[in-house]
Amino acid sequence: MSGEFVAALAGGALIGIAAAALLYVNGRIAGISNICAGLFPPVHGGRGWRVAFIAGLLAGGLALSLLYPAAFPAASSASPLKLAVAGLLVGLGARLANGCTSGHGICGLARLSKRSLAATAVFMSSGMATVFFTHGGNP
Amino acid sequence: MRKQLPLLASFVCGLLFAAGLGIAGMTRPDKVIGFLDVAGAWDPTLAFVMGGALAVALPAFAWIRRQSHPLLAREFALPQKHGLEIRLVLGAALFGAGWGLAGYCPGPAIVSLATLQNGVVVFVAAMLAGLVLGTRLHR
Repeated sequence: MSGEFVAALAGGALIGIAAAALLYVNGRIAGISNICAGLFPPVHGGRGWRVAFIAGLLAGGLALSLLYPAAFPAASSASPLKLAVAGLLVGLGARLANGCTSGHGICGLARLSKRSLAATAVFMSSGMATVFFTHGGNP
Repeated sequence: MRKQLPLLASFVCGLLFAAGLGIAGMTRPDKVIGFLDVAGAWDPTLAFVMGGALAVALPAFAWIRRQSHPLLAREFALPQKHGLEIRLVLGAALFGAGWGLAGYCPGPAIVSLATLQNGVVVFVAAMLAGLVLGTRLHR
């Protein structure tokens, strides 16, 4: 059990290192939803670095599935419809809020941004409320 | 080479970010939903992910922002928005709902594409549609 906490801390630290490195080297914020949104027109701030970062995410996923398959669940038991609705909400919400768990929850909080603190408080609460009301179904 | 270096850095940051997410347990929707399930069998592990990330990112960002410019770019591209607006709160609320529904946020969802699971592909496709829709609504 305590091993899980160590893994969570270590993984979290690695996320922090990656976000800090992107800011230090490229001057960019590691907010995944904004990195993705910037791939579509109107493009500003360049596409190349976005594609490279997402390629890194995909390559990381591939490395995990080979070296640490326990990182992923066997298969989702959630219905495709539920996942489609969830994905749409996540994308739309992140775009309206100008950021997601990484952009607001990590980079924004690390910059001591009030907007990010508000966004993080709201999506955490909303996520908790959603789980509370939908907990009839298992994940 | 000079042109390729920022792209390579971006790729490596994405790779590290993905590894961090996987090691931390963020790519397991059941863990995410367990963390959001505060009224049920609450699993606090993911609080340690944020803790680990911020323990690194807070001091690192503070130091980085004292630099005159990034290592490989002319200037830092930081969010210019200040103040709270209804859109930020509404967006974060929608985002949280989607996050609680499926247990995926943008980063982990993209990393999980490596598994080629149908559910993940559906989620990411819907998420990208949501991002584009959000951009349209921005206009």
